[in-house]
Order: sequence, then C-alpha cells, then structure tokens
Amino acid sequence: MLGKRFSRIAVGSVAGVLLMAAAACGGSGNGGDTSASTASSGGTSSEASKSGLKVGLAFDVGGRGDKSFNDAAYAGLEKAKSELKADIKELSPAADGSNRGELLRQLADAGYNPIIGVGFAYGEDIKKAAEEYPDIQFAVVDSASNAPNVTGLLFAEEQGSYLAGVAAATKAKSGHVGFVGGVENDLIKKFEAGFVAGVKSVKADAKIDVKYLTPDGDFSGFKAPDKGKVAAEKMFQDGAEIVYHAAGDSGLGVFQAAAAAGKKAIGVDSDQRQTVKEADLQSVIMTSMLKRVDVAVFEFVKAFQGGAKGGSNTVYDLKVDGVGLSTTGGEIDDIKDKLDAAKKDIVDGKITVPAKP
Amino acid sequence: MPAGLYRALLTVAGAAVAIVLAVVISSVAISAAGASPLDAFAALFNFGETERQVVNGITTMVNRSVPLFIAGLAVAVGFRMNLFNIGVEGQYRLAAICAAWVGAQFTAPPLIQILVIIVVAAAVGGLYALIPAVMKVTRGVNEVIATIMLNYIAINLAAFLVRGPFTGERAAGQLTTSTPQIPESGWFPNLNWIFEMFGMPAPRGGGLWGFLLVAVLLGVGLWLLLERTRFGFDVKASGLNASAALASGVKPKKMVISAMVLSGAIAGLIGLPEILGDKHSFGSNFTPGLGFLGIAVALLGRNKPGGIAIAALLFGFLDRAQGPLQFADVPPSVITIMQGTIVLLVVIANEVTRRIALRREERRAARHLGANTPVEVTA
Repeated sequence: MLGKRFSRIAVGSVAGVLLMAAAACGGSGNGGDTSASTASSGGTSSEASKSGLKVGLAFDVGGRGDKSFNDAAYAGLEKAKSELKADIKELSPAADGSNRGELLRQLADAGYNPIIGVGFAYGEDIKKAAEEYPDIQFAVVDSASNAPNVTGLLFAEEQGSYLAGVAAATKAKSGHVGFVGGVENDLIKKFEAGFVAGVKSVKADAKIDVKYLTPDGDFSGFKAPDKGKVAAEKMFQDGAEIVYHAAGDSGLGVFQAAAAAGKKAIGVDSDQRQTVKEADLQSVIMTSMLKRVDVAVFEFVKAFQGGAKGGSNTVYDLKVDGVGLSTTGGEIDDIKDKLDAAKKDIVDGKITVPAKP
Repeated sequence: MPAGLYRALLTVAGAAVAIVLAVVISSVAISAAGASPLDAFAALFNFGETERQVVNGITTMVNRSVPLFIAGLAVAVGFRMNLFNIGVEGQYRLAAICAAWVGAQFTAPPLIQILVIIVVAAAVGGLYALIPAVMKVTRGVNEVIATIMLNYIAINLAAFLVRGPFTGERAAGQLTTSTPQIPESGWFPNLNWIFEMFGMPAPRGGGLWGFLLVAVLLGVGLWLLLERTRFGFDVKASGLNASAALASGVKPKKMVISAMVLSGAIAGLIGLPEILGDKHSFGSNFTPGLGFLGIAVALLGRNKPGGIAIAALLFGFLDRAQGPLQFADVPPSVITIMQGTIVLLVVIANEVTRRIALRREERRAARHLGANTPVEVTA
C-alpha cells in the first residue's frame, strides 16, 4: 500500500515538475541564452569608471541574448561605456517578471544614475521607482514618460515600417504581401499602419494580408513561433510573396514558413539576417525594419551627461535614424533610390505616415 | 531512543544531507557556467551594505515567500488525501482577477472592503476547484487531468477578462492592461512598522505586505483543522487508506469535494498579497506560475504547514538573490537549478529516511516478538 502511495506521489511530483518546466519555458523564452551570455559578460562592470557616470539597465523578460530588443539595448549601453567612459551594470528579471521593481531599486541603491528599463512592461514599475528616488533619472523604452524624472524613449515605428512597405511592394511582382503582428495593441498597430501605407504608396491596389497572433493584453503572441509559422504559411499559400513581421520571437516561425515556401520575409527590431542563427533562414530575410534601441539608449545617456532632465518623451524617427531598413545581404540595394526618396519625403514632411491603421 | 525522536532526527539529518548535496550540485553547475561558486553563495547571503538595502532585501524575500506559502498550503490540502490539485495555478489566477475587479467596484470601510475581496477570491477559487471535484466523484474523471485542462481554461479566461469585460482605464502610451484600481480602502496596510520598531528605515516599494498576517493565521488555522479535528483525521485516513476509511464511516465523495474546494479556496488567496499590498489591480504584470511553484513548496514542506513555511522562506531567500547574483556576475539561473535540486533531493531523502525508520521499527518489532513468543515451526 505504501509503495503504491509513494508511486502516486512520485507520478504527481513528476507531473508537477514537468508543468513547472513547461511554465518556465513559456515564461522565459530563451533563459538558456540569457544565462550563457550573462556569464560571458563577467567583468564588464568591474572596470573602474573614469567619468563617475554609472548607468544601470534592467532588461525585460528574456534578458540578454534575445538577438533583438534586449541585445540592441545592451549595444547602446556598451557604446556608452566605451565612448562616455561610463560604469555599466545590466540586470535581467526572473522568468516570471515578478522582480522588475526590485531590480530598479537595487540599481538605485547601488548608486546607478541614470537607470533604464527596457520594454513597456517597465512602465508602472519605473513610475513607482521614480517617485521613490526623485533624484535619479530614469528612462523607459517603448513606454511614455509618466513622472518628472522619467524619459520615455519612443520610436516612429510607422515610418520605418513605411519603408518596409515600399520595399515589399516594389519587390513583390504580384503586389500581394502580408503582415504578421505579435499582439494586437497600439504599438504593433503602428507597424501595420506604416507598412500598409508604404505598400499602398507603391501599388494602390496591392493585396495585404494582416494577421495578429494574440489580442491586446495577451503578450504570448511575442513568444509563439508556432503561431507565427501557421499565420505566415497561410499567407504564402494564398499567394503572398513577402511577409513582414512585428512579432518578437514569433518571427522565427514566419522565417521558417518563408523558407519552406521559397518566399521572402522582412525582419524587425534588429538586423535579423545577421542575428538569426540558422543559415537557411538568413537568406529569406530580405531586409529588417531596424528599431535602433541602441541609439536611443546611448543618446539618452549622452543627454543625461549633458544635464538633460526627464518628464518628456523622445521620439526616434527617420530623421535621426532611430528607425530604418537593414541592407545586409544586399537584396534591397537595387531599389535604394526609391527608398531614399521615400525616406526624404517623410523627413521633409511631404509624407505623413499614419500611426493607426 | 524513542521512535518519534529518532524519526525526527533522521528527517532533519536527511534534509541537511539533501541541502548539502544540492549545494555541491549547484556549485558544479555554477562552475560549468564559468562563474565562481564562492561568489554565488556570498551573493545569496549578501543583503547589501546600507540598512535600507538590508531592509529591502528582507522585505523582498518575505514578500516572495508569502504567496508561495499560501500556494504550498493549497496544494498540501489535496496531497494529504492523495488528491493532486495541479489546478492551483488556474484557480488563483481566476480568483485574483475576479477579486481585483469586484474590489474596484465599490468603496466601503477598509475592513469590510478587504474582507469582501478575500471572500470573493476564496469563493471563486473554491468554486473553480469544485468542477474537477464533481467530475471526479460523479464520473470518475482523474483530477490530475481535469485540473491541468482547467488551468488552460482559467489562464486564458483571465487573460480575456483583463483585456475585455474587466479592463480598466489606460494612460496614454501605456501598453499593459489591468483591471480598474482598487480604492485606497481596499489596500492592505503594510507592516513597515516592524522595521521602524527596531529603528530601521522602512523598505521601498509596497513595503512588507500586511497579508503576511493573514497567511500566518491561515497556516495556524489549517494546522488546527488538519491535526486537531475530525475533518483533518478523515482527510488523513482517506489519504492513507481509502477503503479502510470508507469502512470506518468516512464518506469518500464528501471528502473529495470538501478537500478540493478547501484547496481551491486557499489557492484563491495566492494572488491577494500582491494585489492588496502592491499593485492594487490585476494586470499584465501579475506574477504567474505561483501555483506550480506551490507544488514544489508543498513537496519540500512535506505537506505540513510548518514545513511549508520553511520551504516558502527558502524559495523566497533564493529568489531574492536574482539581483545580487547578477551584481556578482553569476548567472541568476543558478537559483532555479538550486530550487530544482533541493526539491528532488529532499523528496528522495524523505523516502530514504522513511524506509530506514520503517526497517528499524520492523527489526524492533521482530526482536520483541522473538523474545516473547518463540515461533515453533511445524511441518
């Protein structure tokens, strides 16, 4: 009887542990990468600072090694270290994101100023921390300023997406393209609006398939490559030639679908042709809509050094090259003139790109 | 040596060996990741230099332990009678969003407001656990399968509610969604006065969550219920031997339903420390996964309130080091590795010590039998 009871408990425990493992995987995405890269960064902050500038940065869930958003932020931080001689420290939250506020406080208590939170999830935590530490300047990527000592680092994603739309419509002979959005919220709708406007500017009768993986408030759409793959497969089967994704990690599924269909895809945030590991997927990425989080982070630190105070938003647009297209692979080199013309029109104000679809 | 004392000592020794082994295994993992184990363990115990940092560290640890403790209790109630409520995860999330929403709909004197929120949370959690219980007693559906499936439904239902019917106002440019803010009368007063009493500064953030007191009362109450009442005895009896319990007049169906509902009602409270003490709403940043962690905490605590408290504090202690470990350039995944190895090794140690104690008891009994009534073997 006891043996039977034990085996039941064992089965239950195994089930529980498996579920926990599944939950942990779902939550952290690429936790393995994170730890590996954090380990290799050993010693980055131990070098003595020469300027007295101590910059703290807190990543979003996923942390360093996500080959995209967080890594771009870290690139900006490293630039601040080498060019502004700043002492830097970067922290990743727990897989469940429960300690974002704690990380900000630990950085503040350790004397870091300014402190940057990467990702809109930091919005509320930054606000609280900013109230508790009024003498420290904070910045939050992708979220608006909500306290006098908080700077919102925002991007004109619609402008970069417009260029992506121009490139897609020019390259797609049939004029049939697609857009896969991770989560149907205002941020990702900006990508869609810009992309659609860009496509229509080239081919007014173009067919654009739009699919969001999850509705507003359900952020799992940024971490579901399987869903991204299914959505993109459908578009390619329906005849789309190029699919643009703004879906975070789910974009990998879009690339897989493109590779399987022998079609093209457009990446997002960072130069994904360089960051995606699989060689067969690199070649399907025609270009990527760059969101220069590194520029934003570096410029914010520089402005802080110059005495800038928060309380407002800084928008990184085409004019300051805060957004743009990557050219790795040279697939859009032949339409460079067209893209430059569109960019110039936007910068000059001749074209106003809508931020809402 | 009395058998009880011997067993207690054996248990403690088993746990100690398990933790030492976990430390050794973690050290290997830390070394493999290219960091120094000594740095890592120093970071675990480094609560900071200033008084405020120490206070913040202790608060983070205790605040993390409180929901884990409640989650452990919820799981343990089921475990005690061999009922595996894997659905704690879904029960607490659904309960948390319903309670947060109801709490934001009215303003009443603090005591009433908080009490209503707690009751709603417990009721929703309990009712949601009633579904697998009814399925089990009427149709024999295995509660493990039923609760796992109900988790998916609850998690997605909560995600739908927070962005749909229960959603609150959003500031311009804010992408996270949440239920409306609970009025100030529904905020659980914090326990920062404990630190101030000792002349230390108050912790930052939401402070030391006052829900700690509710959790302590819950732990004591549950201990009384399980160890000192007829119901607790019935639970234990059903768990040890269902048919013997039935023979002695325990109604198994009633026991399954009441244990599941009690487990679910406790699960409903898991999200409240965070909602009442810090966030004051249920939003996209609400901490997920506590229900699954509760399984580990309950296993580690051997399904006893006291043990679960120690296990929850241990988990809180380890989780707190997330930041300090990174300051020491040690990958924070070390924490998860340590938690996993400790749980596995403690479960193994428990079984080993149980068998050792059993064998000793058998030998002792055999000796007694041998001395008193020599057995004649006849053909």
